[in-house]
Amino acid sequence: MAIVEHTESETLSRGDAVRRRDFINIAAVSFAGVGAVAVVVPLIDQMNPSADVLALASTEVDLSAIQPGQAIKTTFRSQPLFVRHLTDKEIAEADKVDVSGLRDPQTLEERTVDGKKQWLVTMGVCTHLGCVPLGAGEGENRGEYGGYFCPCHGSSYDTAARIRKGPAPKNLEVPKFSFTSDTAILVG
Amino acid sequence: MVRIGAFLVGLFFAGWLLVSFLVGAVAFVSEPPAKTVEHEFHRDPKHVSFSFDGPLGTFDKAQLQRGFQVYKEVCSACHSLKFVAFRDLQAIGYNEAEVKAIAKQWAIKTPDVDPKTGEMSTRDPVPADFFPKPFANNVAAAAANNNAIPPDLSLMAKARHHGSAYVYSLLTGFQNQPAELLKEFPDAKTPQGLHYNPYFPNLNLAMAPPLTADGQVTYGDGTKATVDQMAQDVAAFLTWTAEPKLENRRRAGLATIFFLLIATGLAYMAYQNIWADKKRAI
Amino acid sequence: MSFPWAEHYTPKHPVMQWIDEKLPLPRLVYNSIGAGYPVPRNLNYFWNFGVLAGLALVIQIVTGVIMAMHYGANTLVAFGTVEQTMRDVNAGWLMRYAHANGASFFFIVVYLHIFRGLFYGSYKAPREMVWLLGLVIFLLMMATAFMGYVLPWGQMSYWGAKVITGLFGAIPVVGEPIQTWLLGGFAPGNASLNRFFSLHFLLPFVIAGVVILHIWALHIPGSSNPTGVDVKGPQDTVPFHPYYTAKDGFGAGVFLILFAILLFFAPNYLGHPDNYIEANPLSTPAHIVPEWYFWPFYAILRAFTVDFFFVPAKLLGVLAMFASILLLFFLPWLDTSPVRSGNYRPTFRKFFWILIIDVLILGYCGGAPAEEPYVMISQVAAAYYFAHFLIILPLIARFEKPLPLPASITESVLNRTNIKGEQDALPGMGADPQPSNAG
Repeated sequence: MAIVEHTESETLSRGDAVRRRDFINIAAVSFAGVGAVAVVVPLIDQMNPSADVLALASTEVDLSAIQPGQAIKTTFRSQPLFVRHLTDKEIAEADKVDVSGLRDPQTLEERTVDGKKQWLVTMGVCTHLGCVPLGAGEGENRGEYGGYFCPCHGSSYDTAARIRKGPAPKNLEVPKFSFTSDTAILVG
Repeated sequence: MVRIGAFLVGLFFAGWLLVSFLVGAVAFVSEPPAKTVEHEFHRDPKHVSFSFDGPLGTFDKAQLQRGFQVYKEVCSACHSLKFVAFRDLQAIGYNEAEVKAIAKQWAIKTPDVDPKTGEMSTRDPVPADFFPKPFANNVAAAAANNNAIPPDLSLMAKARHHGSAYVYSLLTGFQNQPAELLKEFPDAKTPQGLHYNPYFPNLNLAMAPPLTADGQVTYGDGTKATVDQMAQDVAAFLTWTAEPKLENRRRAGLATIFFLLIATGLAYMAYQNIWADKKRAI
Repeated sequence: MSFPWAEHYTPKHPVMQWIDEKLPLPRLVYNSIGAGYPVPRNLNYFWNFGVLAGLALVIQIVTGVIMAMHYGANTLVAFGTVEQTMRDVNAGWLMRYAHANGASFFFIVVYLHIFRGLFYGSYKAPREMVWLLGLVIFLLMMATAFMGYVLPWGQMSYWGAKVITGLFGAIPVVGEPIQTWLLGGFAPGNASLNRFFSLHFLLPFVIAGVVILHIWALHIPGSSNPTGVDVKGPQDTVPFHPYYTAKDGFGAGVFLILFAILLFFAPNYLGHPDNYIEANPLSTPAHIVPEWYFWPFYAILRAFTVDFFFVPAKLLGVLAMFASILLLFFLPWLDTSPVRSGNYRPTFRKFFWILIIDVLILGYCGGAPAEEPYVMISQVAAAYYFAHFLIILPLIARFEKPLPLPASITESVLNRTNIKGEQDALPGMGADPQPSNAG
């Protein structure tokens, strides 16, 4: 910028050449600016996940060994993933709730795959500040709504992993997943 | 003081270097260094042309796939490719499903821990896996190969001078020892279990000729699988494994240089502009 | 700073005035590389390389910090992390090649900068401190480059580390303890790799600090110029900005074009294929060579083949190699000629060009295998190198009859204009520092 100012003041008196000269100086500085911005792109992009990280972005889970009432903890994109086989009683409990009164209104149907309502697949990441809620492991505290309980700040989730009590703003996130067979899902 | 000290130091170093030179020169004349068999019979790689030659060349994906087939059917039994993952094969024209199938059917399995028992076991590779190594470790590799460890091939084309041509020349360069060699260096007879190849730095290598007969692999695209063709294809494939970003690099280079030429041209004109007044003022 | 007619920083905008009162950083920049620094008007293109070296340092720090984000300083994974950076990290290949070739470009630029200093006598009074600090930067660069080359943990990395630390082993008595102390072991290993990584990260910032001192020291007497004649008045200078910023902008463009050609189309040209083989402590490469920028010194190291009585040849080589760099620290007091510029020193000039050819020969021999005739050639060339600086330069200064100097910078510019006509009143193309244009 300063280059431009300088030549302006020095060449104003010289007539027609001025505009052409200013134009070239501005163009040169602009090109340098564009080049600098273009260089920044790869410098920033290199911090994005690399190809080997992205290649691990999907997880296959075998459901055959999970009995009703049980849950497993596995990982998806390096974060805990809860896969829970709901009992009929838990499904009934979840369906009983009046959705309109919830902090993050969603039905169990909306959170599961059609016809596979018993399979609740959620991230094991509390929506408050990212702790791992208890309740997936055998004998862990499931909180007063029978789903998951986050020990960090006391968020309680129900059997559809919806937030019912405590500071968390959202239900536990349901990742994109699909059934590859009756007893296997592909997450991601 | 400084200059006197410097003079003495300089005299010492320069003088002693000249003494060393004389000693060396006398030795050089009185007993010239013996010729070595490597020096006399080692040959530089053959001239062979590839689609990726020159600053703007690109890979021929059909050739890379043929080369991959040669690697898979011939080389992979002994040579690892540890820096390449199955997913990378998408870059040479396989689609996701094909890559998955290639990984699943790969003859060597990926080592893993059995999820039920916790014991070491193996599983089918998935696209995210790197090519599994044929030998568990260097000791196993050496034991199975007459004490010679088959090197990893991921970077072979960059780890040798003129690597692409080197791979091709080595694969097609196996031959009997020339009679003149044995006449000149009777002690240099290829030892038992090694194979003479003038493109290999010390002339004798442990690897037996891997490509021996035309039609050793059957190409899906109908290309005739002569030894020469297979050697070229696998050399091209290994060039890709060594430098998979070659095409991106060259494309980015062209754009960058094009931009820089314009920017530098403008910078020159701006420079001349700014100095124009000073020129008049002189 | 340096001359009374330097333009003064007068901030117009209230915000700039406010900053200037609290922290006169804009003023500092203005006086260092802005319009407040008067520079001789006759600088040729050889005066571009200081700024270009600064640019190269910035490129190295930026790409280096990024490489460190993806690097694992452990012998088990170091080679693999560099490879994965090249293959899987977004633009990782670009960062790696830019960093590797950036080192070469840094040295090219700095060697040309030193060449400029040697020819135009920039090391002479009153700029001795500028020269000494420059040499400190050069030494730090060599240490940084050496340690950086170890990090990919290829064959040349490993064996380079082993050979270079082995140099210290040549020192009598304390040599071997020093070597094991440097490596943290008996051979290069995890401990060596980690400390080299740590220091390789640290030293560039030390270099940046010394660069600031280098520029500070330069601003006290002001820049030298191709005639070597002192600035006499305002008519001899122009403000750094916009005159030399514009010229440096053009120079940077040319530099970047050459850099891009190497980086994008021959990124491994200056490297060694063996460094694409993972380090193997059980197998030495047939031919260990350092990176090209160390070749002249490597040739001097290997030139000593005969023991000097009780001093082994190996120790002599090590001493000579260090001496070949350290002697440059004494240069301002070895070359006592009052005339700075080689343009006005006919005898000096002849020997200077012999020295340049000599160093190129040394470089070639340093890159060649340790065989005859290369060893004999490097012995003669190394002998000249020492003789030039330690014997010939002081003698020339004593006996040479310099050419008449122009009365002032402006006069030399005017003469050149008259001789060469209108087309080139600008500083002449630097590739021809011969005095044909010096009047």
